[in-house]
Amino acid sequence: MTITSAGTRRPTTRSDGEAPVLFASRRRWSESVIKLVLRLAAILTIATTVGILIALVIPSISFFSEVSIIEFLFGTRWAPRFAQASFGVVPLITATLWTTMIALIVAVPLGLGAAILLSEYAHPRLRKILKPMLEILAGVPTVVYGFFALQFVQTTVLREWLGLPTQAFSVLSAGLVMGVMIVPTIASLAEDAMSSVPSALRQGSAALGANRMQTSLRVVFPAALSGIVAAVVLGISRAVGETMIVAIAAGNQAQIVASPLDQGQTMTGFIANAALGDSRVGSLEYNTLFAVGLLLFLLTMLINAISIGFVRRYREAY
Amino acid sequence: MKADNRTSESDIRPLKLGGNAERAPRPLIFLGLLWLSLLVAFSVLVTLLVTILVEGLPVLSSDLVTEYPSSRPEEAGARPAILGSVWVIITTAVLTLPLGIAAAVHLEEFADKHNWLNRLIELNVQNLAAVPSIIYGLLALGFLAMLQVDNKNIVIGGALALSLLILPVVIMATREGLRAVPREIRDASLALGATTWQTVWRQVLPASVPSIATGSILALSRALGEAAPLLVLGALVYITFDPNGLLSGYTTLPIQIFNWTGRPQEGFHQLAAATSVLLLIVLLLMNALAIYIRNAYQKRW
Amino acid sequence: MSDTTTQSSSSPEPRPHFHAANHGNLPPVSNQLLGCEDLDVYYGAFRAVTEVDLEFNRNEITALIGPSGCGKSTLLRSLNRMNDLIDGARVEGTVNFMGQNIYAKGVDPIEVRRRIGMVFQKPNPFPKSIYDNIAYGPRVTGMSVSSMDDLVEESLTKAALWSEVKDKLKAPAFGLSGGQQQRMCIARTIAVKPEVILMDEPCSALDPIATMRIEDLMHELREDFTIVIVTHNMQQAARVADRTAFFTAHAEETTGNRTGVLVEFDRTAEIFENPKDKRTEDYISGRFG
Repeated sequence: MTITSAGTRRPTTRSDGEAPVLFASRRRWSESVIKLVLRLAAILTIATTVGILIALVIPSISFFSEVSIIEFLFGTRWAPRFAQASFGVVPLITATLWTTMIALIVAVPLGLGAAILLSEYAHPRLRKILKPMLEILAGVPTVVYGFFALQFVQTTVLREWLGLPTQAFSVLSAGLVMGVMIVPTIASLAEDAMSSVPSALRQGSAALGANRMQTSLRVVFPAALSGIVAAVVLGISRAVGETMIVAIAAGNQAQIVASPLDQGQTMTGFIANAALGDSRVGSLEYNTLFAVGLLLFLLTMLINAISIGFVRRYREAY
Repeated sequence: MKADNRTSESDIRPLKLGGNAERAPRPLIFLGLLWLSLLVAFSVLVTLLVTILVEGLPVLSSDLVTEYPSSRPEEAGARPAILGSVWVIITTAVLTLPLGIAAAVHLEEFADKHNWLNRLIELNVQNLAAVPSIIYGLLALGFLAMLQVDNKNIVIGGALALSLLILPVVIMATREGLRAVPREIRDASLALGATTWQTVWRQVLPASVPSIATGSILALSRALGEAAPLLVLGALVYITFDPNGLLSGYTTLPIQIFNWTGRPQEGFHQLAAATSVLLLIVLLLMNALAIYIRNAYQKRW
Repeated sequence: MSDTTTQSSSSPEPRPHFHAANHGNLPPVSNQLLGCEDLDVYYGAFRAVTEVDLEFNRNEITALIGPSGCGKSTLLRSLNRMNDLIDGARVEGTVNFMGQNIYAKGVDPIEVRRRIGMVFQKPNPFPKSIYDNIAYGPRVTGMSVSSMDDLVEESLTKAALWSEVKDKLKAPAFGLSGGQQQRMCIARTIAVKPEVILMDEPCSALDPIATMRIEDLMHELREDFTIVIVTHNMQQAARVADRTAFFTAHAEETTGNRTGVLVEFDRTAEIFENPKDKRTEDYISGRFG
């Protein structure tokens, strides 16, 4: 970990007696190989994206040769393994919407509240304690959250303590726990956005007789709005893509979810569950995985593009 | 508040005493709500920890580490899952760290920032970071299918999925570390006649080792806790042997937790909780190591 | 009767005293609106300004000048408790506003800032429309305003900006030029009807023409407000100020910490034409700073 000192190297006079002439370095050849390798490593990230697209699109093409896109997108019955198979993805989407909405209802107020506290109120020393604690929340594996959602939130809180009419699984318990999981994501990005609002604006507001609450809500929050929206949008994308919590706690019965106490299978939940069955490569069942995966991928990319757009806007403002 | 109708300059309006606009009810309620939001988040964390501790402690013994899974909870252990996690994470590290650091060095030190390809790469890394983890499972699944691999539950397959999953994280952490090295260090080295690569290899990279290490450990700890992509690759299997190579079958700790959580018997739930405790301890140790490195080598300039 | 002010520089050498002559054409001392007595400002253990006594009269412009690092801005920020917002900042001594110590127990710093407004070095418009920028202060302080539109117009008019912006009140304030932004910030301050306006090098980020307009504006504002301006530009002080206080930084021999001290405070003409202190003379004539 020590810094190699350039001074320990002898001066690079290559051969004695030769007149010092300026000419192309002899290390150029090996250097260009190194640069090429580095470049290839960077290009590999593009290959990953292309690979994802190919991996998802090719089976999806086979899938859509057997199932029409209209039936897939607008069909209301999802039963890919039944003899009377049906491939309407709407039930999966309703479950995803429910868990995502519930997660946001938890995560947005908690995350933004934490962000305002950290950015506008907390002393730097306090912030140094609170932020790592939030990071722990982000570091808990999702499968452990899933265990907690099923064994504690669903079984103990919703059914035993509150006596709610719910079965073994519900989108509510999955959504609630997912919301807590997303709090650090939203809090940390929103705090970044608010911290980058110039302090001159805070001082200007204070000099006009505003208190901290007014300054936070009327000056800092609006000034950081695009960054805050980006934080929330990224939270949405994490909620839509989260797998383990919903696979464990939301249930695996694909149905149109009408109430938060119902169980339901999300898009990710379906992929996780279907993968458990050993489906033959190239079979319709196998291709179904990828069709749902493609839909999920496109959805999160769309959400992410929106988020990047908002981040750009707030970068431009300052 | 009060009306402001100053009529002439000689009017004397003394300062009101006893009030403090920061201590008025509304700002105080607001501040209370802010604290409440943190408090709720933390109390859920505490509840989660207490839940798995209460449930898991009775069965948290050396048997958990040394025994193989079994259909009877009192005999079951997570030995293959622990070894599987070790195999997968080490393979992931070997695959992803050189790649990620190389890509970051290219983007930060060599790439022409205005070149369309480099801008595309940059945007792409941002995008990859937001791709749901389960999609990486599908990617690896498709890739192995393309190679005509029949048994997809092999260490190298899982490691491939996890490597690509954390690659953007490693790249972004490394870039941040490189960016923190001041311009003057580079200039000084270049002015002594070093080439760009020599400067990077001898000055910039060594100087940013702590932040790269911190970022890498955090990325690997994320991979260690990840289950979804491995689930897609069929890692939810009953394994009663120690994984012994890149092509060996395996299961990992998170998958084992998932497996036991889904069983009806209470004994397995206890095992799931105990394994969660184990996993959390390992993750906490990794995080502590990362934070230690970050603090021990914090900015010397 | 005299409006003589006695100033002191800090230890360790014996304190020199300066006596400004009363020239009769100045208002009597009872016209003091704001003043500080024996004021020290600290950042943590570091003493930024020490033992300052000053008084600011109604409807006058007082300039604080001196080399950079002499604590003028720090002093200015302690006059309306803006320093409260900085961690570790601490004030000893008193700041009197209408005979009340603004640091006394029970005084609301927010009320203080409402009554003693501030204009900053760099224009700092909020990312809102021009209209909302002006209306911000009255809104947050809960002023009962019969017509916000009228108040906005009145404030912008007083800040000599109305004719330039009256057709684009809903446009973002960022769209204005630097000089316009600064006049808008002045209008924003006027809108809450303070008694005093503190200006912290308000023209340092502006070009000469914009600077001139602000200086003209200050002369007009003097009719209604008491103004304290920090400036590093001596010509500006000479042009706008009725009185001028000259500060310098005094390096402590043991620690090397530089602490701001008030050297001389007098009518502006006296300071520039007939300085009593060698250090003032050196600074005015450009020999240091």
